[in-house]
Amino acid sequence: MTRLLCTATALALITPALHAAEIRVLNWQGYGTDQDFATEAFEEVTGHTVVHEYFNSEQETLTKLRTNPGAYDVVLINSSFTPQVVDEGLLAPIDTSKLENFADLDPAFVNNDGLNEDGVIYGVPWTWGLTSIAVSNADFDTPPTSLEVLWSPEWEGRVSIRDDAVEAVQIGALATGQSINDVQDLEAVRAKLAALMPSIDTYWGSENDWNQFMASGEFAAATYWSGSASRSMGKGLDITFVVPEEGAIGWLDGLSIPAASEKKDAAYQFIDWMIDPEFYAEWDKDGAPATANIAAASALPDDSFNKAVLGDPAVVAKVQFMQPMSDETRETYLKLWQDLKAAQ
Amino acid sequence: MAEAGHLARTDRLRAAGLLAPAYLWLTVAVFLPLSAMAFFSIITDVPFGDTEWRVTAENYAAFLESPTYARLLWKSVLLGVKVTALCVLIGFPCAWVLAKMIRGRSREALFLLVILPFWSNSLVRIFSWAIVLRGNGVLDKAVNAVWPWNVEVNLLFSEWAIVIGLVHSYLPYVILTAYLALQAIDDSLIEAARSLGAKWWTILWRVVLPLSSSGLIAGAVLVFVPVVGSFMEPRILGGRMGTYYGTVIEDQFVAVFNWPLGAALSFILLAVVLAILAVSAPVLRKART
Repeated sequence: MTRLLCTATALALITPALHAAEIRVLNWQGYGTDQDFATEAFEEVTGHTVVHEYFNSEQETLTKLRTNPGAYDVVLINSSFTPQVVDEGLLAPIDTSKLENFADLDPAFVNNDGLNEDGVIYGVPWTWGLTSIAVSNADFDTPPTSLEVLWSPEWEGRVSIRDDAVEAVQIGALATGQSINDVQDLEAVRAKLAALMPSIDTYWGSENDWNQFMASGEFAAATYWSGSASRSMGKGLDITFVVPEEGAIGWLDGLSIPAASEKKDAAYQFIDWMIDPEFYAEWDKDGAPATANIAAASALPDDSFNKAVLGDPAVVAKVQFMQPMSDETRETYLKLWQDLKAAQ
Repeated sequence: MAEAGHLARTDRLRAAGLLAPAYLWLTVAVFLPLSAMAFFSIITDVPFGDTEWRVTAENYAAFLESPTYARLLWKSVLLGVKVTALCVLIGFPCAWVLAKMIRGRSREALFLLVILPFWSNSLVRIFSWAIVLRGNGVLDKAVNAVWPWNVEVNLLFSEWAIVIGLVHSYLPYVILTAYLALQAIDDSLIEAARSLGAKWWTILWRVVLPLSSSGLIAGAVLVFVPVVGSFMEPRILGGRMGTYYGTVIEDQFVAVFNWPLGAALSFILLAVVLAILAVSAPVLRKART
C-alpha cells in the first residue's frame, strides 16, 4: 500500500515534466510563430500545444508582461526594447545550451547590445529587417530613390507613416541627414515632420491596416517594414519596397522567455524550432522578415526578397540599426509626436 | 411610543435590505473602479511588479504645463456640442413624427428601425461608415452614378466623417428620450393652442418645447457626455484629423503605458464635463419652466 502510494506520488511529480504543455506565445499577429504549418509541426513532434496572444505595440507587450505574470512562455521583443524589460526583471536569462540551432545564429546579432546585459543574453536573435518606404506600383512607374517622395506635393494626401513616436522621429532624422540613434537637431526633425503632416492621409497602425489602405488606393507611398512588405507582395499586393539614398532603420527582433514562465523547457523547444532553418525556409515562402540564422539565410533561393533586397551589401551599408533608447529620449519623442498630432 | 420606534426600526431595516443590492452594485461597478483610477492618477508609476512609485500631483500638473491637452479638450468639447446639436435637430422632428403623426403598426416598424443600429457592434458600424465615406467608396460611386459630372466624394479622414459616425451612433438616444416626452403631451393642449389662433412655430416654442424639454435635455446629456470622451470614432474615421482628448487618453493606456497620466486626464475630463453640466443647469431649468 505504502509502495503504491509512493509510486503514485512519484508519478504525479514526474508527469507534469513529461506531460505535454500548453505554451502561450505573445507576438504580433501573423508574425511567424502563429503560422499553421509551424505550430502543427511543433505540436506533432513535441506534443506541446501553442496558444497565441497578440499585441499592437511594444508598450502593450510591456503592459501585458507586467500585468499578467506567468501568462506567457515565449514573447517577441524588439532588441531596442529588451533592456527595459530586462531591467524590470520580467525576463529569464537564456540558457543557450538548450538551443541546438544557436550556433548557426549570426554572431553580430547574438552580440547585439540590446539583447545582452552584463554578459547574459536575454533574447534569442530571430529576425531582422528594415523600416523604410514602400510605394504602389500603380502610381509609380519607377520607384523613387529618395525619402523626399513623402514630402512631394504630387502625393499630397496619399502618404502615410505609422502612428508611432519613435518611428516618426527616426524617419525625420533620416530625412534631415541625422543619425537615428543620436538625434542632435530635434527641432529640424520637428520642422520636417510638421511639413509632412498635411500630406498624411491617415496614420497606419498594423500590417493589416497598411494592406487595406494600399489595396484601396488610399496610399501611394508609405513607411513600411521589410518583412511586412515581402508578406504583402506574397499576397499579391503590387508594391515595391524601397531603401532610399537617405538610408533605412534597421531592427532586430528576439524571442525571450518571461521570468514568470512555468513551462520554460517547452518554451526552449519552441524557440529552437523558430530558429531552425527548416522552419525559416517554409516561412520565407509566405513572406518573412530576414532571419538571424546564417545557415537559413544562405539556403534561400536567389530570387527571394530577403536574399535579393536585404542580402545586397549596398543596401546593408545604408542601414542604421536601432539601439536601445533611454526613457527620457522616448518621452521627448512621444511629446514631440503628440504635439504634432494635436496641432492637426 | 415604544411600538412606533420599533416599527420605524423595522421599516428602516427593510429599506436598508431592499436598497442593499443597489448600493452594492454601485460600489462594485462605479465606486471601486473610480477609486482605483483616482489612485492611479496621483502616483508616479503603476505599481505592478517591482516598480517604485510615490504620490504626486505631477500628472495633473502635466495638463497645465502643456497647452496641447487643453487645446484637445476644447476640440473635444466643440465636437460634443456639434454632435449633440445635430442629434437634437434631427432627432426631435423624428420623435415628433413617431409620437404624433404615426399610429399603429407602422410606428412599431419605425421604432424597430430606430433601435436597429443598437443591435450591431459599434465598431462594425464605424468600419461600415469608413467603407461608405472613403474616396472611390460606396457614397462616391452612388453620387457619380446619378450626377452627370464627375465629382470626387471623399469624406473619410475629416471632421465630417467623425461627426457623421458619432451622430449615427448616438441619434437613437435623443429620439427615444424625446419620443417619451412628446408622447406624454396631451393632444388637446395643442388643439387648444391652435383654436386660440397660435401658429405652428408659436405652438412649438410655447407649448411643445417647454413640455418636452426634460426628455430633450436628458437625450442631449446622454449624447454630449460620451461624445466628449469618444476615441474610437475619431481614430478610425478621423485619420490625421482624428486626434482628440479621448484618443490621447486611450494612447496613455494602450500605447505608451502611462496609466497615471491617462487617469489624471480622465478625471480632468470628468470635472470639465460636470462643470459644463452644472453651469448649463440653471439655463436648462429656466428653459423647462
